[in-house]
Amino acid sequence: MTADTLLERITDYASRPDPWPLYAELREAGPVVPQADGSHLVGTYHEIVALLHNPRISADPRSSSRTTTESAEALTPPFLRQDDPEHHRLRTLAMRPFGPPHTPGRIDAMRGEISRITEDLISSLRDRDQIDIVDDVAYPLPVTVICRLLGVPREDEPMFREWTDVLVASADIGPGQDTAQRDEAMGQARQEMGQYLVNLAEQRRGRPTDDLLSAFVNEPDPALRLGDALAETAILLLIAGHETTVNLITNGVLTLLRQPDQLDHLRRDPDLMPRAVEELLRYEPPVHMRERIPLADVNFAGTILPQGSSVILALASGSRDPKRFHEPDRFDPARPDNEHLGFGSGVHLCYGAPLARIEAQTALGALLPHLATATLTQDPPPYRTNAMLRGPRHLTLRLRT
Amino acid sequence: MQIVVDLARCQGYAQCVFLAPQAFELHGEEALLCHPAVPDEQRERVRQAAAACPVQAILLGEAVSRGAR
Amino acid sequence: MPGDLKEGRIVVVGASLTGLRAAEKLREEGFTGSLTIVGDEPHPPYDRPPLSKQVLFGEVPANATALPMRRDPEAEWRLGVRATGLDTVGKRVLLADGEPVPYDRVLIATGTRARPWPNAQEAALDGVLTLRTCDDAALLAERLAAGPRRVLVIGGGFTGSEIASACRERGLDVTVAERGPAPLVGALGGTLAKLAAAMHRNHGVDLRCEVTVTALRGHGHFTGAELSDGSRVDADVCVVAMGAVRNVEWLAESGLAAGPRGIACDAGCRAFNMYGIVTDDVFVAGDVSRFPHPLFDYQLLSLEHWHNAVEQAEVAAHNMIHPEPLRRPHLAVPAFWSSQFGLNIKSVGVPTFSDHVVIAQGSLEARRLAVVYGYRGRVTAAVTVDMAKSLEYYQDLIETAAQFPPVAGASDRPPAAEVPIPSDVPDPSVLYHGPTVALTGHLPDRRLAMMRPAV
Repeated sequence: MTADTLLERITDYASRPDPWPLYAELREAGPVVPQADGSHLVGTYHEIVALLHNPRISADPRSSSRTTTESAEALTPPFLRQDDPEHHRLRTLAMRPFGPPHTPGRIDAMRGEISRITEDLISSLRDRDQIDIVDDVAYPLPVTVICRLLGVPREDEPMFREWTDVLVASADIGPGQDTAQRDEAMGQARQEMGQYLVNLAEQRRGRPTDDLLSAFVNEPDPALRLGDALAETAILLLIAGHETTVNLITNGVLTLLRQPDQLDHLRRDPDLMPRAVEELLRYEPPVHMRERIPLADVNFAGTILPQGSSVILALASGSRDPKRFHEPDRFDPARPDNEHLGFGSGVHLCYGAPLARIEAQTALGALLPHLATATLTQDPPPYRTNAMLRGPRHLTLRLRT
Repeated sequence: MQIVVDLARCQGYAQCVFLAPQAFELHGEEALLCHPAVPDEQRERVRQAAAACPVQAILLGEAVSRGAR
Repeated sequence: MPGDLKEGRIVVVGASLTGLRAAEKLREEGFTGSLTIVGDEPHPPYDRPPLSKQVLFGEVPANATALPMRRDPEAEWRLGVRATGLDTVGKRVLLADGEPVPYDRVLIATGTRARPWPNAQEAALDGVLTLRTCDDAALLAERLAAGPRRVLVIGGGFTGSEIASACRERGLDVTVAERGPAPLVGALGGTLAKLAAAMHRNHGVDLRCEVTVTALRGHGHFTGAELSDGSRVDADVCVVAMGAVRNVEWLAESGLAAGPRGIACDAGCRAFNMYGIVTDDVFVAGDVSRFPHPLFDYQLLSLEHWHNAVEQAEVAAHNMIHPEPLRRPHLAVPAFWSSQFGLNIKSVGVPTFSDHVVIAQGSLEARRLAVVYGYRGRVTAAVTVDMAKSLEYYQDLIETAAQFPPVAGASDRPPAAEVPIPSDVPDPSVLYHGPTVALTGHLPDRRLAMMRPAV
């Protein structure tokens, strides 16, 4: 098969359990690999980092020369898919109640609560012979945490889960597909979810509770309010706050069960957990690809990336590049110098990364004692459809005591 | 335990500030300052902060002891 | 025999960042011989950048900035002992107290010291300080904590500006006297110097430019200073921030190419002797060195940068224990940073090696921007203000000698980016504080080559 079908093969559902050989083929064919649909695929570490720091490479879908439907065009994207200076303005405003410099201690202060939520989830599994890591721990933990942080009622989860599924599917990456129908469903879900979140925020105007929605609507300085961007920002934080962490925790359990020696190592030396989570972000990251669009014809690594074209950065491939990482296919929690691409790089580095780290460290730390006697019922497990946000749909374990 | 940050590498991602807000702080929007001497009760958090640095700019270790030979 | 280089006696003169990192690297790369580290300060190696920031804010004690070791270099530390000479024939480092220390190879990493106020009597007034060492910082922090009526800072370079910023942070009145047209102009040129001046004034600094301090006044205690424009500044504390002097006096009779700009060496950190012939057992690294860099026309660079100290220390250490074919050049692109008045200023390349600049991203008004420097049509430096994530893109342009001005297309590129303006880097002689990156010509000073060797 030729390299110009790589995107098609990587995004093919059949590749979901094991995309790694395709990434190796991509790096071999690289650094910049033209695809049959006119896009370019990049899978080598240094080139991905360079493109993520290149001010002429846009994250904004409106920079695309691809024709889009009217409903998709009418919507302003969230800051994740905007460029500076507007990206910087919105992200800085969204950061004010969440992290430094204005609220540096907020996430650190949630550690106790995250531990309690985790303990509650795990203690309820005590008498079970079989558990599903996804449904029992990896999904409910980040959902509960992001609901508390944002100020969204936990019991509304079935409702926002439907919108989330539509939006996550619509953001997936695939070769030259017809997006018209998908865009329409997406437009409607965004509309409804945005309205829902704005209503929640409005209820807190003048009656702040200790959460981000309250902080956003009660900001006294008009110049520091999100304004029209409130709905899109809240949607982004709610979805990104749990859809990726579920994969990180689940991939962590899967990786440790596949490598009993490393599981054992971690059980003996729990201080290694922070680095083990970084290694997971490198070795089995939740986010596999991001799309970028050149704002001009960009001459890069000997190839012209045309203005308005689609450039797909295979972050997960970059984190396994042997030109950057020694023995990249080995899961090594003690790995030094681990500058992985699990959270991206550059101005769009994951907003919620600190929260995801604490959740994953806490969940995996609490699960460690139970994993010693656990076995996978199915390996590989069934995967979710999404190629960009890759992770198991279920991860069923048999617990023996 | 002592901290030193290679601020030539630092790009202001502030992951360390989130994870160990008593040891690291932002001065303004982007400039990172740290408290180089780590009290024992902060060690765990500071280790997490060092592990999380996207550009691996944080070095932890012991100082050369006074009277070292 | 390559094995031999990993044995024997190595002496490192200088126990700061460069000395420590070199010692660690020697062990990391397998040096098994004896290692002696000589330092004139009594303190174990410590980090200096916090001394003009956290320490002056009162957040961190001056004695708390000890550098962490990457590994124990298993060295004999001779701290609080000054090196007084280098006998390159007898291969011995001479010390102020005690026996000379014999070496097979020596690394010179004696760095710099603060340039003192030239009038010794005035400099001796109580309240007239400099800032270089942790003892200096402890004293200055104590004086700032005592709540002086006003602080006078002489020199608007990075150190002077950071001190002024710390004073304002503590609510102290401060006057900055700068000989040039604006603070930081010697290091960053005219465009960013305008921003620096605005930051000083917006934060309430009494900034006096294009003036010199003609006299320091006081009886025992410093009480004020007279300026060349006829005005007088009443203050309780005076910080002389006029740049650094290289610690080379102890090498006066060594026969090495040592002068006020540092010790000249090759890109492999081997010192030149005064005839310009490269030595093979004397190595130099850190602030005290001058070395050729291919990206800047092979001119000898003198850098007072943390990053350079680490990079060059590692190259020197590697080369000290490897034979010729395995030696490495020190090619790191110069980089430095400063934080002041809440802004994060970062630089790559050599901003003074420029004729024009453009604001490639952001704007002066937003106080968030990337300025790109060019020399004869290629990119030679970039400075970001609160835009650190952009810097590595420009570093790549410098390393690949990309065309200047850089090509258009950034989403946050202002219209001004299309019009390069002169970089306005003044002649260092008109400043109190020269650039911390100095281009110092192609060859060691002629004067030095004519010096008589020690007999």
